Amino acid sequence: MAVEVKTKLSKNLLRMKFMQRGLDAQTKKQLEEEEKKIISEEHWYLDLPDLKEKESFIIEERSFMPCEDLLYGRMSFKGFNPEIEKLMIQMNSKCKEEEIEVDDKMEADVSDEEMARRYETLVGTIGKKFLRKRDQRVLQDEDEDGNSNTRPSKKAKKKFLKPQD
Amino acid sequence: MAAMVAAEGSVGRVVLPGDVLLLPGHPEDDGERLRLGTAAAPRGRLLCGPGLRRCAAGLLVTKCGLLRHRPAGGGGAAAAGGGAYWVDSQQKRYVPVKGDHVIGIVTAKAGDVFKLDVGGSEQASLSYLAFEGATKRNRPNVQVGDLIYGQFLVANKDMEPEMVCIDSSGRSSGMGIIGQDGFLFKVSLGLIRKLLAPKCEIIQELSQLYPFELVLGMNGRIWVKAKTVQQTLIIVNILEACEYMTAEQRKQALAKLSGN
Repeated sequence: MAVEVKTKLSKNLLRMKFMQRGLDAQTKKQLEEEEKKIISEEHWYLDLPDLKEKESFIIEERSFMPCEDLLYGRMSFKGFNPEIEKLMIQMNSKCKEEEIEVDDKMEADVSDEEMARRYETLVGTIGKKFLRKRDQRVLQDEDEDGNSNTRPSKKAKKKFLKPQD
Repeated sequence: MAAMVAAEGSVGRVVLPGDVLLLPGHPEDDGERLRLGTAAAPRGRLLCGPGLRRCAAGLLVTKCGLLRHRPAGGGGAAAAGGGAYWVDSQQKRYVPVKGDHVIGIVTAKAGDVFKLDVGGSEQASLSYLAFEGATKRNRPNVQVGDLIYGQFLVANKDMEPEMVCIDSSGRSSGMGIIGQDGFLFKVSLGLIRKLLAPKCEIIQELSQLYPFELVLGMNGRIWVKAKTVQQTLIIVNILEACEYMTAEQRKQALAKLSGN
């Protein structure tokens, strides 16, 4: 009967994920901290004092475009190439954004007055939909009183006209 | 014996390589003038344009020409932070710069890459995928000898320049193969910049003549196309000659033409 010595598992094996699932949270934390320590100690750094970075106000630029605000290189005049003319307006307006801000107010398709009129009638028609039956009958009577003038003409229209031979 | 002068004083004057321009706010070596309070805070970022380099005391001039300055905040919302200084020099030889729009001539097709001649010391490369709507199956129809309008993606002295025909959002915005016909010719770089200036009289006057199309490349190349060959050649001659004509001579020439 030999006392079996437990096979010693290596440190790396113990560090693997599947070996750590059974551990408590505390032991896991300890292991993590140990690992971090090892990594930070192995990390090389220069033992020099920090150099103060000079604040640079100056940007070096080798192109003329930002200096002189040059226009876009493709141009077309008097409608020779309509696509390029559209492009010209688009590209050159990117530089001059101020002019665009002025034209922000778009022309409305429907004028304000017409909108107000439409809304008036709209509120009425949709409101009727949600009325109870009693109120609907009241409304109908009101309508009939109002349209009494047009009634005779309507009745006349509804009568059947016999075709003459 | 490099001259050390204040930057603001020499705006509009000729500067030579080796001159050092002192900026306000930089302490001088002897520490006499230390005007940091007034200038440092409101200046923001200063743009050091072509022909100038940053050095310990201020800006070092590397090209000969006229010193130009654009004040801070000028030109509306588009101006970046602080002002800009640059040297306005004249040359015919183009050096590729990142972001420049140029006209290139296709010289070779090497597999997936086109080689373009842009007038620099090396040929630029252009990948076939750098066109709008190009995929591996849908290749752009580019032949040797075609003209391409594109911009530089990579352009420095250590690497071969690379061009693309799309912008950062993937749209072509006018770049790509320039169409059939038309006339390509070369002018000096200074004239191109003059023509591309925001309110250029030459372009405005020419646009009154006849309908035509114009592509200006920053490498000194201009492509013109008009309805007839004669009109195209007239425009070409005017553009070539207007570099050395005064405004009156130009107006006289145009008046003669519009009279004809």
